[in-house]
Amino acid sequence: MVLRIEHVTKRFGDFTAVDNLSISIPEKEMFGFLGANGAGKTTTFRMILGLLNPSGGTITWDGKPINYSTSHLIGYLPEERGLYPKLKVKDQIVYLARLRGMQKQDALKELDVWLSRFKVPEYANKKVEELSKGNQQKIQFIAAVIHRPKLLILDEPFSGLDPVNVEQLKEAVLDLKNNGTTIVFSSHRMEHVEEMCEHLCIMHKGSPVVHGSLKEIKRSFGKKNLVIHADFSLEFLMDYPGVMKSKKTTEGIHLQIEGEEVAEKVLKEIVGKGFIRKFEIEEPSLNDIFIEKVGAAYE
Amino acid sequence: MSNFWVILFHTYISKLKTKSFIITTLVTLVIIVGLTNLNTIMETFTKDEKGTNIAVIDETATLIQPLQEQLKIVNEEIKLTNYEKTEEAAEKDVEEGNYEGLLLLKFNEENLPVATFKANTVADTTLSQELRNGLQQIKTQLAANQINLTQEQLGKLYEPVPFESIALAENAKTEEELNQARGLVYVLLFFIYFAVIMYASMIAMEVATEKSSRVMEILISSVSPVKQMFAKILGIALLSLTQMVLLIGVGYYSVKHNMDSLEGGFFSFFGFGDVPLATIVYALIFFLLGYFLYATLAAFLGSLVSRIEDVQQMITPMTLLVVAGFMIAMFGLGQPETPFIQITSYIPFFTPMLMFMRVGMLTLPVWEPLLGIVILLITIILLAIFGARVYKGGVLMYGKSNSFKDIKKALQLTKKD
Repeated sequence: MVLRIEHVTKRFGDFTAVDNLSISIPEKEMFGFLGANGAGKTTTFRMILGLLNPSGGTITWDGKPINYSTSHLIGYLPEERGLYPKLKVKDQIVYLARLRGMQKQDALKELDVWLSRFKVPEYANKKVEELSKGNQQKIQFIAAVIHRPKLLILDEPFSGLDPVNVEQLKEAVLDLKNNGTTIVFSSHRMEHVEEMCEHLCIMHKGSPVVHGSLKEIKRSFGKKNLVIHADFSLEFLMDYPGVMKSKKTTEGIHLQIEGEEVAEKVLKEIVGKGFIRKFEIEEPSLNDIFIEKVGAAYE
Repeated sequence: MSNFWVILFHTYISKLKTKSFIITTLVTLVIIVGLTNLNTIMETFTKDEKGTNIAVIDETATLIQPLQEQLKIVNEEIKLTNYEKTEEAAEKDVEEGNYEGLLLLKFNEENLPVATFKANTVADTTLSQELRNGLQQIKTQLAANQINLTQEQLGKLYEPVPFESIALAENAKTEEELNQARGLVYVLLFFIYFAVIMYASMIAMEVATEKSSRVMEILISSVSPVKQMFAKILGIALLSLTQMVLLIGVGYYSVKHNMDSLEGGFFSFFGFGDVPLATIVYALIFFLLGYFLYATLAAFLGSLVSRIEDVQQMITPMTLLVVAGFMIAMFGLGQPETPFIQITSYIPFFTPMLMFMRVGMLTLPVWEPLLGIVILLITIILLAIFGARVYKGGVLMYGKSNSFKDIKKALQLTKKD
């Protein structure tokens, strides 16, 4: 049940939305798509779902192309939220679940479970337009997962939610993953991807600029962050060979360095000059990598 | 149950339950029942009135008697009263409502009657018309007497020319039949016209609502847009049939029930007395085909807009086509055999109304409506194939899209490259 995207390109007239994208997502994994607005994430999702035909390349799941005969195995939460505003939550979910091949009774049972999990059982008989935006989003999430899909595609699942709801939803997503659902999701929030995904892909203007497992990406990025807090002036380190970026803080200095060997040299340099309260090498954050990669591509 | 049926019945049932549908159906039912019971209703209102009382000041003293006799033939309700007092007093009586009107009768210098009719309002032209007609008869008799014409000679003078139109072609409809057919076809044309416009725009609205509320993307990720489009079109078709069966059923029953009172009245014009079954069947066939043609058009036009506000603008050209067809059909009711009507009845966008009008009015060889139906079917299939492709791309397009250029854009989206 591997989702394989091979050399996929999508052109709209002269505009290339996705350019030669190759990714494979193993079963029961959580895969994150990162990218600025217009990077081609939604287009990629639409191609995975078969809503758009790729201009070139193939997308297969378990060796077969995804089409409407497999739609009961797939769940989708589109970026643009929307449900029938005039329809009751119950009728809405039952209708959408039946379109995914569920029986009415099963759908109602599942809905009860989900609504009480989100602590909103009273919404079943309310019209969608009466709910707040965040709550509508929960309902839509239920609509995407109620039929227990094997492959779940979430386009910006956490945007527009308050922190409490984000936690609730994250928990639900992690539960689904632990139950064996392959999940692909996109976000601009680095920390969500960093926290939840084993594998990720950063897209920029249609092409993947970084792709692989989180650990590898961080390792291969090479650069580290070095935080030093000391009682004496550290300003001379700003021009030290191997230091790429620096930022003075109230207690000391933050450096971005080429590698651990630079840290070693820096340590030798400052030892004996005074009292060093903190000397720490940090892994680069996904945010650093994103800014570096996407920013670099801008130049 | 396959997705197709789930969508079909969801569309049907959710539309059936809407307030607007229930209200329109009920109002139309009330109108139908009201119209077919018009005579009964009018009678109950007029029953209470004692009749029309007219004050007459007859200077000649010889006219009032024959006039009353004349009026008896036309309308027994009109009662003439010889008024003894002055004209002013009579006018006052009329103003106070004691009399419906005041009729002044005298002779002119040639000894022929002259009349003045005074009433509070002269809006009721039937009354003055009846009085005038009665007086006209008396005047004719008096004039005839003056020039020494016998009653016989007078009769000869006024006898209408026997004039009969006979159609020579076999099976051709007699003039009487044609008049009856015209009424029925007229009503059914109206029906087709309204229903096609109403249900086609319902489809466009439905599609645009799903698009603007963004539920569309979930729908098309579970069901193919083409399947969804046709399920929706059929769902609404089922809705329209429900409404139609109800209206025609109640209308038919009500007409049959009131047959006696309607006989000879206003309704004989519509030829409801013996409705030819073929006309009704053709009306249904052409309505359904017309509906499918325009619904397909409406569905893909609706898929191009992203806001409900733009729907009307988008489907206006389509509505104009229906209106044009209706106008031509109205014009054609008077002369259904002109070549212009014949030719236009094969243009698929006009066929539903024009071919139906011709088939209802004339006795056409069977191949003519059949050819029309076949052309219509082919057009529907072609339009459905084309429409489905536009729809597939259109539902994914957002942004300010309300021009026909978007059709090209939508087609591009569905292409491989």
